[in-house]
Amino acid sequence: MSETVRPPTPGPKAIVLAHGTVAEALVAAVDLITGRGDRFSPLSNQNLGAAQIDALLRERIDALGARVIFTDLPAGSCNFAACRVLKDRPDLIVVTGVNLPALLQYATRDGVSDAEAIAAAVERGGSALRVLTGRPRAN
Amino acid sequence: MPIELYRIDDRLIHGQVIVGWGQPMDLGFVVLVDDEVAGSEWERELYLMGVPPEVALYFASVDDAVAHLAEWRADPRHGILVTGDVETMRRLTERTPAIREVNVGGIHHRPGRTERLRYLFLSPEEEQALRAMEARGITVTVRDVPSARAMRLGELAGARSA
Repeated sequence: MSETVRPPTPGPKAIVLAHGTVAEALVAAVDLITGRGDRFSPLSNQNLGAAQIDALLRERIDALGARVIFTDLPAGSCNFAACRVLKDRPDLIVVTGVNLPALLQYATRDGVSDAEAIAAAVERGGSALRVLTGRPRAN
Repeated sequence: MPIELYRIDDRLIHGQVIVGWGQPMDLGFVVLVDDEVAGSEWERELYLMGVPPEVALYFASVDDAVAHLAEWRADPRHGILVTGDVETMRRLTERTPAIREVNVGGIHHRPGRTERLRYLFLSPEEEQALRAMEARGITVTVRDVPSARAMRLGELAGARSA
């Protein structure tokens, strides 16, 4: 029987704001893979109008002291809401097009600045999207 | 190809519009009719930043839309015109008889509105305005995404007769 040891959570949580249950599922997957799901706070836009998304996001940012927001779809209401908040709070960083590899990278970059962690996450998330063709190689 | 969808949606441009409706129709342009957005450079830049590069985005006040609607309807690309509220669409349809169908997408909770569907909340004034459009011969349907069944106003939960 081994004891579960989770590393301490550094800094405020990042917010993941996405459609439907995407944010919750992504954060759950990060926790399953790394045990660091607690580095994120998931939010959904489900059944909310633009003003409600905006209010919910601002409330969560204030509650957490969050500095980083991940959104899923560049042309989506989540991203537009995040960008509206960014207008008033230029110290925030908004990253759109988030996927699981990007969040995993962000969650596991210890001892670096937000900007460095985000740069690594964007690189990893972007490069993870690829087409695989052909037959698997035999060992 | 005329504008294929005239939509009321309080999120204006978002995933359902660009992807849900836009992808199947090979969307070429969106006309966003909103006096406030049309008058705000920041809001215009925000939407331009989010929309895919292959989709042209035009911003218009109601006056601009009335003036340019024929031009957009003659555009060979597939287009969507969206307003953020019932009142803007009411003003537009009263001045542009060419609009014969209106799609009601998301109108979300606000004090004074009653829930009709999970994505549709209407005040008595908004419902009356939509029914007035119907009375003028405009087909008003409620549908968030293309795969959903289009509902008429009379089918909504708690709908009252005009």
